[in-house]
Amino acid sequence: MATLKSLRTRINSVKSTRKITSAMKMVAAAKLRRAQEQAQAARPYAERMERMLGSLSASLAGSEGAPPLLAGTGRDAVHLLVPVSSDRGLCGGFNSSIARFVRAKARRLIADGKTVRILCVGRKARDMLRRDLGNLIIGTIDEIGRPSLGFHHAEKVAHRITQMFGAGEFDVCTVVYNRFKSAISQVVTEQQLIPFAPPAARAEAGAPDTDGRALAAYEYEPDEAEILADLLPRNLSVQVFRALLESNASEHGARMSAMDNATRNAGDMINKLTLSYNRQRQAMITKELIEIISGAEAL
Amino acid sequence: MADTIEFELVSPERLLLSRPVEMVVVPGSEGDFGVLPDHAPLISTVRPGIIEVYEGGKVTERIFVAGGFAEVNPERCTVLAEVAMPVGEIDRAQVEQELRDLGDDLAAAKTDEAREDVQAKIHVAESKLQAVATVH
Repeated sequence: MATLKSLRTRINSVKSTRKITSAMKMVAAAKLRRAQEQAQAARPYAERMERMLGSLSASLAGSEGAPPLLAGTGRDAVHLLVPVSSDRGLCGGFNSSIARFVRAKARRLIADGKTVRILCVGRKARDMLRRDLGNLIIGTIDEIGRPSLGFHHAEKVAHRITQMFGAGEFDVCTVVYNRFKSAISQVVTEQQLIPFAPPAARAEAGAPDTDGRALAAYEYEPDEAEILADLLPRNLSVQVFRALLESNASEHGARMSAMDNATRNAGDMINKLTLSYNRQRQAMITKELIEIISGAEAL
Repeated sequence: MADTIEFELVSPERLLLSRPVEMVVVPGSEGDFGVLPDHAPLISTVRPGIIEVYEGGKVTERIFVAGGFAEVNPERCTVLAEVAMPVGEIDRAQVEQELRDLGDDLAAAKTDEAREDVQAKIHVAESKLQAVATVH
């Protein structure tokens, strides 16, 4: 049985832990709101971009000499995985679910005889994957979103990807990130960046192509190929940006709920400890009383 | 007033403008073009310059964009800008300072690629200055 003094210090230490976790929760909540707004603000751009690219690629479909960013290298041998994680921990299952997904995907690809390379975004993905997939990691980009997430961060990542693609280092690029569903739920999502998967193909079943009639009639200035050459790298940055924003919002959401749980657990623990502290204190008082009474009776 | 076209200006960070207007003049890479309602469908790249929004027969907004894309169809004109800011917010002194810094960068750039990069930035900054000059 712990002594009264050790119980008392224990209670105090849990109390200060609770203060920290509840402060972190508040901070995460404030940041979450901002991140969520940012993610929402960026959505129209990504949507318009996709629409434009969709109509462009539809008009170019089937023609020879489509740029490799759109059509891919024609091979499927080397895969680049880009897990988007955070730089800091204490955010529940946020990073480990990304790591788990990447690990499973890498194993599957390797079992299929493909080569896998991993470019980590955020320090935590690297830390978690280093142990068993360390030899596949070719680089890490961290300090993303500090002081605040901007488009230039996405450009940095996208630039690195296009550079590697230009050098022929991979054939297929997939980004893995936590999509923000709500503050308590994040969904691990993979999105293929290269070759470009047009949204029409992805959402075909859901939405019939309403502007199909208008698509064919577009004029291009300058010609399609030139616009496409401009638009594709741009789109890559935008998609990366979207992934970063979603991941950023998810991170704060995950941290908020993790810290909320931690605060609640600390509260429970304090209650339990206080209970046993009081019991023990009373037991000691009772014991002392019995000693005094039995001593008086003996006289 | 039925004679309006839905105009949208979006940058990666936010939706800047979305409202029906009478006419917009967009600095296309092959020359400026005005967009009125019922314009023929068009997709164009945009060079650094000023987007002018016309309402009630006169310019109501002048917005600087640093390149991007424009999509036009009969009902709607969408501009995806890389950087967009109202001309009034451009700080002349700041841009001039930027331009000087870029000049140094250009001298320091070693590879052709880096040089091209800086050159593009200089072009944007110069267009910004021009944009300011046309207003004052």
